[in-house]
Amino acid sequence: MTAVDIARGVRAGSASATSIADAHLARIDEREPDVHAFNLVTPDVARAAAAEVDRKVAAGEDPGPLAGVPIAIKDNLCTDGIATTCSSKILEGWVPPYDATVVQRLVAAGAVPVGKTNLDEFAMGSSTENSAFGPTRNPVDLSRVPGGSSGGSAAAVAAGFAPLSLGSDTGGSIRQPAAFCGVVGVKPTYGLVSRYGLIAFASSLDQVGPFAATVADAALLLEVIAGHDPADATSIPQPAPAISEHLDDGVAGLRVGVISELMGEGIDPVIAAQVRAAADALAAAGATVTEVSVPAVTFGLSAYYLIAPAEASSNLARFDGVRYGLRVDAPTTNEMMVATRTQGFGPEVKRRIMLGTYALSAGYYDAFYGQAQKVRTLIARDFAAAYEEVDVLLSPTTPTTAFALGAIEDPLTMYLNDTCTIPTNLAGDAAMSVPFGADAAGLPVGVQILAPALGEVPMFRAAAVVEAAAPARPTGKDLR
Amino acid sequence: MPAHISRDDVAHVAKLARLSLDDAELDTFTAQLGAILEHAEDVEALDLADVPPTSHPFDLVNVLRPDRPGTTLTPDAALAGAPQAEAGRFRVPTILGEAP
Repeated sequence: MTAVDIARGVRAGSASATSIADAHLARIDEREPDVHAFNLVTPDVARAAAAEVDRKVAAGEDPGPLAGVPIAIKDNLCTDGIATTCSSKILEGWVPPYDATVVQRLVAAGAVPVGKTNLDEFAMGSSTENSAFGPTRNPVDLSRVPGGSSGGSAAAVAAGFAPLSLGSDTGGSIRQPAAFCGVVGVKPTYGLVSRYGLIAFASSLDQVGPFAATVADAALLLEVIAGHDPADATSIPQPAPAISEHLDDGVAGLRVGVISELMGEGIDPVIAAQVRAAADALAAAGATVTEVSVPAVTFGLSAYYLIAPAEASSNLARFDGVRYGLRVDAPTTNEMMVATRTQGFGPEVKRRIMLGTYALSAGYYDAFYGQAQKVRTLIARDFAAAYEEVDVLLSPTTPTTAFALGAIEDPLTMYLNDTCTIPTNLAGDAAMSVPFGADAAGLPVGVQILAPALGEVPMFRAAAVVEAAAPARPTGKDLR
Repeated sequence: MPAHISRDDVAHVAKLARLSLDDAELDTFTAQLGAILEHAEDVEALDLADVPPTSHPFDLVNVLRPDRPGTTLTPDAALAGAPQAEAGRFRVPTILGEAP
């Protein structure tokens, strides 16, 4: 059942939020031991929220646009009174004293939180294998990774634990796992969704966004979480866009460009072929499709892996054993901080903290961080030039389909997963992944639709057409 | 510009970042960080003298809120997650090397 159908039924009084919550909790009981999508399942919170929705419906009050819709929340979003770990030992057992703005809005909209989802530690990774609490498995094929860093949120939707989930995307952490698990994932325009209560990784790149099984469900969730938040100084001061009412507008006259730099070397030919099939579907629906060059995207990976670690090294300095989380005792405060950080952080987090510290250090700042910031300008300029010619862009979401757990050990090889998604974060634009067919093994393929800042409406219009034209859903061996 | 980061550089950076690495970790991180920085050489090689840097997706301006009293976290709530607290403050071990 889709989120749109659940909300409609509950609002009309023809479905009970409580029985819908119970059905999803039962599904979690059945399949979660195989998938490990969650760091924490919250049945009591879910049942209380569902009971409140049912009470409002019975009392004739408005239960909200997400009335009774179960939702899973990435475990780097603060939840008042509910442990939030970032899948890190350094925050194990920490209970936030406040809700992230997006969580406040979900609850106010009548959503039913079923749990906190697993991620790569502090959202650093592309497979969810960097979690301190064990990896999540891809529900389509349990021998494969779900992608990352929001792997638990993608898997939760793919496994039917909840029709909706929230993730965060710094370099592809929503779109890449959405592609790997065969669900829809949206990285909204930077500033469209509040970051208040999102535990920071790279503040100029991080953005919260939805996962859903359908494009319409993703639009519904984005409308609830988007819009100005005075608590986030980088929040765009305008209301949430109306997206759902434009989903059936079609793409007649829409100008679509396929990014030539992301269709060749390093991209699985099966995925490139699916992107071309999606482009053909858009053309058949009346869009004008051309090939467009965005030359600077080829430098995105290098720039990102200097900028994001630099920001992370600063953001993660706050985890020092003083105010929250783990403390490893030592005679002096400095020794305590070193011992706490050394035991509390996993290898990938340490790697990025050191990389960022190096890129920002005296003598290397100009060559690395300064140069990367200039490349960021080039990428933004090249996208802006492309968006003079077209309304939306098209590319693969990922270079490959989901790989096996343990298959990639080299960090740099892992980073290559983000080649197609990183440029959007550097530019601050919007992009989303829509499932489109599968490879020979039945593993899902994602097509990425990109739009300029605040171009969510044309992006979703194209997504709706791509979704309608998509071949039958993947048939991975463990999908059931 | 050195193509690779040295083992001493990694040890220095770890110290700045308040991380303690053993010898095996130093070797591993030196090789891995070197490979990542080598990949970044394509960016180092670009002539970008005339390109301004971008630190943020859009021009940031100061965002101020009205200076009005309101409810915020109570001291107890703010201290609830602290490993050690005392008398409304975060408690830490010795800072200056003298007994407390």
